[in-house]
Amino acid sequence: MTTVPFKQRRARLQKGDAASATLVHVLLIVFAIIAIVPILVVVMNSFKTTMGIFGAPFAIPTPDTFNLDGYKNVFTRGNFAANYANSIIVTVATIAATIVLATGAAWALVEYKVRISPLLTGFFIIGIMLPIRLGTVPIIKMMVATHLIDTLAALVLVYTAMQLPLAIALMMTYFRSVPGELKEAARMDGAGEFRVLGIALPLVRPGLAAVASITMLPVWNDLWFPLILAPSKANQTVTLGVQQFVGQFQSDYPALLAALTLGALPLIVLFTVFSRQFIQGLSAGYGK
Amino acid sequence: MIRTGTRYRLLAIFVLPALLVYAGFSVYPLLSSVALSFFDSDNGASTFTGFGNYVYLFTDPYVSERFWNALRNSVEFFAIHLVVELPIGLLMAALLTSNSIRKSRGVYRTLLFIPATLSVVIVGFLWRLIINPLWGLVGFPLLGDATTALPTISLMSVWQYIGIPMIFLFTALIAIPDDILEASRIDGARAWATFWQIKFPLILPQFGLIAILTYIWTFNGFDIVYALNGSAPGPNYSTDILGTMFYRTFFGSSGQVADTDLGATIASVVFFIILVTTAAYFVVLQRRLKTYEL
Repeated sequence: MTTVPFKQRRARLQKGDAASATLVHVLLIVFAIIAIVPILVVVMNSFKTTMGIFGAPFAIPTPDTFNLDGYKNVFTRGNFAANYANSIIVTVATIAATIVLATGAAWALVEYKVRISPLLTGFFIIGIMLPIRLGTVPIIKMMVATHLIDTLAALVLVYTAMQLPLAIALMMTYFRSVPGELKEAARMDGAGEFRVLGIALPLVRPGLAAVASITMLPVWNDLWFPLILAPSKANQTVTLGVQQFVGQFQSDYPALLAALTLGALPLIVLFTVFSRQFIQGLSAGYGK
Repeated sequence: MIRTGTRYRLLAIFVLPALLVYAGFSVYPLLSSVALSFFDSDNGASTFTGFGNYVYLFTDPYVSERFWNALRNSVEFFAIHLVVELPIGLLMAALLTSNSIRKSRGVYRTLLFIPATLSVVIVGFLWRLIINPLWGLVGFPLLGDATTALPTISLMSVWQYIGIPMIFLFTALIAIPDDILEASRIDGARAWATFWQIKFPLILPQFGLIAILTYIWTFNGFDIVYALNGSAPGPNYSTDILGTMFYRTFFGSSGQVADTDLGATIASVVFFIILVTTAAYFVVLQRRLKTYEL
């Protein structure tokens, strides 16, 4: 019987591993290039003159082609400062409202088990799949009736309703992992239920971060509701502002590219910083 | 132990705020939209018309032609996501779980997900610029031709959202316990065989779930088409999907007066299609996909 000596076999295995590692890297690098290069092309060209953009679209800006006119135009003719302020207000308010409401609801659904709890949980969870846009006609009617039409508050209310189901599902998975002894000990000490929740909260902090990061993206990037519920110039969000600006300045390429860059960068930066929380949130929320 | 009565009271205190917002601004509008579709308010007063709006939607030659066209386009929009986004997303997820790249896994994951953080508006214009014949990368006006416009827009959307199935399936794949994989390695199974015979069957429920979520998201699609082609998406309605038709109908556009009831009717039909397909999926398929307790 011939057996391959252990050392030799290990060497062969490692060689195979190295080859497959290279293949995996090559494939992932190709995918990463497809994902990133289009964005880089736009960002890079936003710092060029029109001539530079069309003369050599894939060249980095040179002293000849470097130019900030696009950004100047965006800031003088667009409404970017106000758009940013609106997007930040709407996103932060939605995140705050979603966190507060979802934390309360998830805590109670995990903690105070009664006969209707599973039903109530199911009612919330189904919302993850509800296409809320299809309720737009009644939403407009409600907003008109309550004079909330064309206000940022209308957006915050709708987005909070839209994000609550996923946030509740997510927070419930985190609250389930809080040890029961901790809560019982607090209750024995005579703590009220709000106090008990306060004691449990630090343990679910990763959940809160996950909720915040998965709420941020769809709210910041939505076009539908800003277009319908808050379209006036004073209330436009960045997404809508970019859409309208680009529609207006079709041929001013440096300005167009500058507008796209300004619309894209903040979220790319935020995502890169919070990517771990985001990915955790996405997988825990839908996974259960 | 808290008494039952107290538990009900506490549940109410903590759940009510969330319940009110969610029911008021999500569930109620959806149901109310269905109710609206049975009324006719074109002449001011609202009168009950039964299935009148539905009959009109499906029999009026012009409106029904637009509706079937939009439905066909939405199906195509979804189909392209299904056959391109999900398999490539699965491949990316599988590559990310490879042990040989453990150290750089986080970097790849972040890079590959970045397009999904952009707004569709930005994605649409970014790609329109890149495939602009003026730039010389593509010599053919992909968006200007009725046969290539919708596939082109769909692929832009795939480019953007591919990170979502990737993360989703990646999470499912890394949750598979090592001892199962170790056993197959001892059996001498190759990576390819291990993946299809062991890993993929284990994550099939998650694969099904992301497929149905993709279905719901694409049937609600609107942003990228509207951003690129407006609310009467050409050329010649070849990129008109259910979302843009719904918007055009209830909001009006150049050459079309707003019709709220018909808008609500279209929304209800779309809701019904999504509901029936999703329910059918869960009853027929998801139940058969064995969930392994890991």
